[in-house]
Amino acid sequence: MSAGTVRRSIITPVVNGEPRAIAAGSTVADLLRELQLEARLVVVEHNRTILRDRTTYAAQPLASGDTIEIVHFVGGG
Amino acid sequence: MLEEGDVTTVVAPMLDAPLVIGGREFHSRLLVGTGKYATNDDMMRAIQASGAEMVTVAVRRVNLNRSTDESILHHLDPSRYFLLANTAGCYTADDAVRYARLGRAAGFNEWVKLEVIGDPQTLLPDTTGLLDATRTLAAEGFKVLAYTNDDLITALRLEDAGAACVMPLASPIGSGLGLLNPFSIRTIKSRLTVPVIVDAGVGTASDACVTMEQGVDGILMNTALAAATDPVRMAMAMRLAVEAGRLAYLAGRMPRREIAVPSSPTTGMLE
Repeated sequence: MSAGTVRRSIITPVVNGEPRAIAAGSTVADLLRELQLEARLVVVEHNRTILRDRTTYAAQPLASGDTIEIVHFVGGG
Repeated sequence: MLEEGDVTTVVAPMLDAPLVIGGREFHSRLLVGTGKYATNDDMMRAIQASGAEMVTVAVRRVNLNRSTDESILHHLDPSRYFLLANTAGCYTADDAVRYARLGRAAGFNEWVKLEVIGDPQTLLPDTTGLLDATRTLAAEGFKVLAYTNDDLITALRLEDAGAACVMPLASPIGSGLGLLNPFSIRTIKSRLTVPVIVDAGVGTASDACVTMEQGVDGILMNTALAAATDPVRMAMAMRLAVEAGRLAYLAGRMPRREIAVPSSPTTGMLE
């Protein structure tokens, strides 16, 4: 396998401020699985659009340079 | 059988009406935060002891590099407590609106404890940004509970902007300085139609009691419990103080006099 092929098979969206290498063709659902995050406990914002319907995660493809924010509830006043 | 955290004195429904915010009834007038507890166990026991039904939470990035970074939902049962997401840490209306929408997308409700902070030293609100964000979110159907200062005019504007509840401070967030301006809080309460809940600054039970005696609809506190040496005991004290202050307000206090008035008969004294 050439180096060029390897590069093309990886994409690097920016997840919570850090570029993260994942397999090309990955969706939001794939990313959460890789990060071992339970979808029901998080909220995902993709390129500044909040994904309000979690059932769309598996149909939401990611690309290099995409901005993903994954947030959750923590203690606060 | 009494369990730890249970408090036996609860103001009977016949003595007080429920607190109604945005069409929803609450029977506790004490709202509590979930920040800064030493342990999650301390937090849960204190919340239980407080009798609160509504608890605030913050929206933050998941820490992807730390496996111990847990969602508070691992501890707090959203079917038992009404979650109120806040926009703490937001310094612009746009940021606060973004955080509010993220909180709503968690899927529990369309309520937000709206904070737009104007200054990191005092954490006092940016009232212009607060009004802008309130208008935006109210138009989107949010129930906005707006954290503000103790200024009547801002409180009136927030109500006009569609706030479901106005939350003036007793004193700065986390300060524990107690109720600095009872007059302002009383004035705000007397002029608003929506509920007024004092948010921030209450330090101990007497602060909570005096605050409720002003006639406000409730109190939201966090640090007073979390930073107490014994958060569970303080939560019980606050629950009692809120109920005592509420009852005293409803009972109507005696008039203040600048001179003494004897309580015993002045007649029938021995010659």
